[in-house]
Amino acid sequence: MRLTLLALLARGPAHGYELKQALEKLLGAAYPQPNIGQVYVTLGRLEKAGLIEGEDIAQSSRPNKRTYQLTDAGREAVAAWLDEPTEEPRVRDEFFMKLAAAPGTGMADQVTLINKQRRHYLNAMRDLSRLAAAEDRDNRVAQLLIEGAMLHLQADLDWLERCQEELEQLEEQE
Amino acid sequence: MSREVRGARSADGEGIPAEAATPVVLAEDLVKMHRTEAGAPVKAVRGVDLRIERGEFVAITGPSGAGKSTLLHLLGGLHRPDRGRIWLEGERVDTYSEARWAVLRRRRIGIVFQFFNLISHLTVADNVELPALLAGSSPRQARAKRAELLDDLGLEGRENSTPGELSGGEQQRVALARALVNRSSLLLADEPAGSLDSKGTREVLRLLSRYHARGQTIVLVTHDARVASAADRVISLFDGRIVDDAALGGGSPADRPTGGVSGTLKLKG
Repeated sequence: MRLTLLALLARGPAHGYELKQALEKLLGAAYPQPNIGQVYVTLGRLEKAGLIEGEDIAQSSRPNKRTYQLTDAGREAVAAWLDEPTEEPRVRDEFFMKLAAAPGTGMADQVTLINKQRRHYLNAMRDLSRLAAAEDRDNRVAQLLIEGAMLHLQADLDWLERCQEELEQLEEQE
Repeated sequence: MSREVRGARSADGEGIPAEAATPVVLAEDLVKMHRTEAGAPVKAVRGVDLRIERGEFVAITGPSGAGKSTLLHLLGGLHRPDRGRIWLEGERVDTYSEARWAVLRRRRIGIVFQFFNLISHLTVADNVELPALLAGSSPRQARAKRAELLDDLGLEGRENSTPGELSGGEQQRVALARALVNRSSLLLADEPAGSLDSKGTREVLRLLSRYHARGQTIVLVTHDARVASAADRVISLFDGRIVDDAALGGGSPADRPTGGVSGTLKLKG
């Protein structure tokens, strides 16, 4: 969640509750959402790490609220996060978060992200093919494990194609 | 976009720089229209530029309807482009008549299809020897080439079977022998594992990789990433256009096949 929150802050300053709402809106109900306590704890840690800075804003009838904005180091962390390929395949949710968050950051193009991720998956597929070829053919468990990983990758690649289809359709409508 | 460009082999097997080499395939601004059932023209291939060097193993991938089979068929002369130009080993071929394309496919372009397209009433041996005879080999030469290939492809003892008596994987191996019998400079494969089970798929991929390691130039079309990842370069086609062109393998020379392509050069393109 750390980097997703940082990416959300790349849109502009926000306080904790706004960030939680933005996260829900961005990722939808199907995605397991953090509670507000987790969001505040994470923001505290990010501030301590120097990636964001907070400012207390006085409110007349309620307690002060703390608004956060990205520091330069925070922007760099978001850029590095967007830039590096995402681990495959079971943690692909992180790629989904990148894809969802990227337009708001103004720091990455979604089609570029998809192409980069596709290359990463294809290279992973190639490594798996080599592993499968190097592995003892009679070791069925090992072969199935590799085949399972390959099928995950195939599914991820099919899904990247779907993302690209949707994006192209959006572009044509604009 | 930078990617590795491999140089071709010169006569003595040494690598020569890519700029001096004639690509096996060069295509410029290819466009191909199809008509829908209602008669409306749809662009299946929309302005594709392509350069394939000798010894490359290239996969063209993308969703169904992206135009990848159409593109392969343009390269094999099975479809004619509505616009654009094609050179095969430096020779302009898009202007060729049907008859001259047929000669090219007999002598220099081998094609493997998803459903094998073997001649069902001929034996395995005859299916492989026929194109050699058509290309001008003597019956003795054709027999010798056929025997060598079937042996190489693990099909010895199957010479007198008919295609219907073979498994899908075996039939595709016969189709591969047929495509390679005239030492084609270009092997085109359209979903070569598309109707095979995972064992047959692995077998066909292993053989394609083996011929690639010996220097065969291969262009294959697939929607299967496992198949695509056997290639060294993957072109992603989307809606008739190339959206990505990536070298796989990260350029670790130790991982590259040696043997037949010892003259491999890596240049930043």
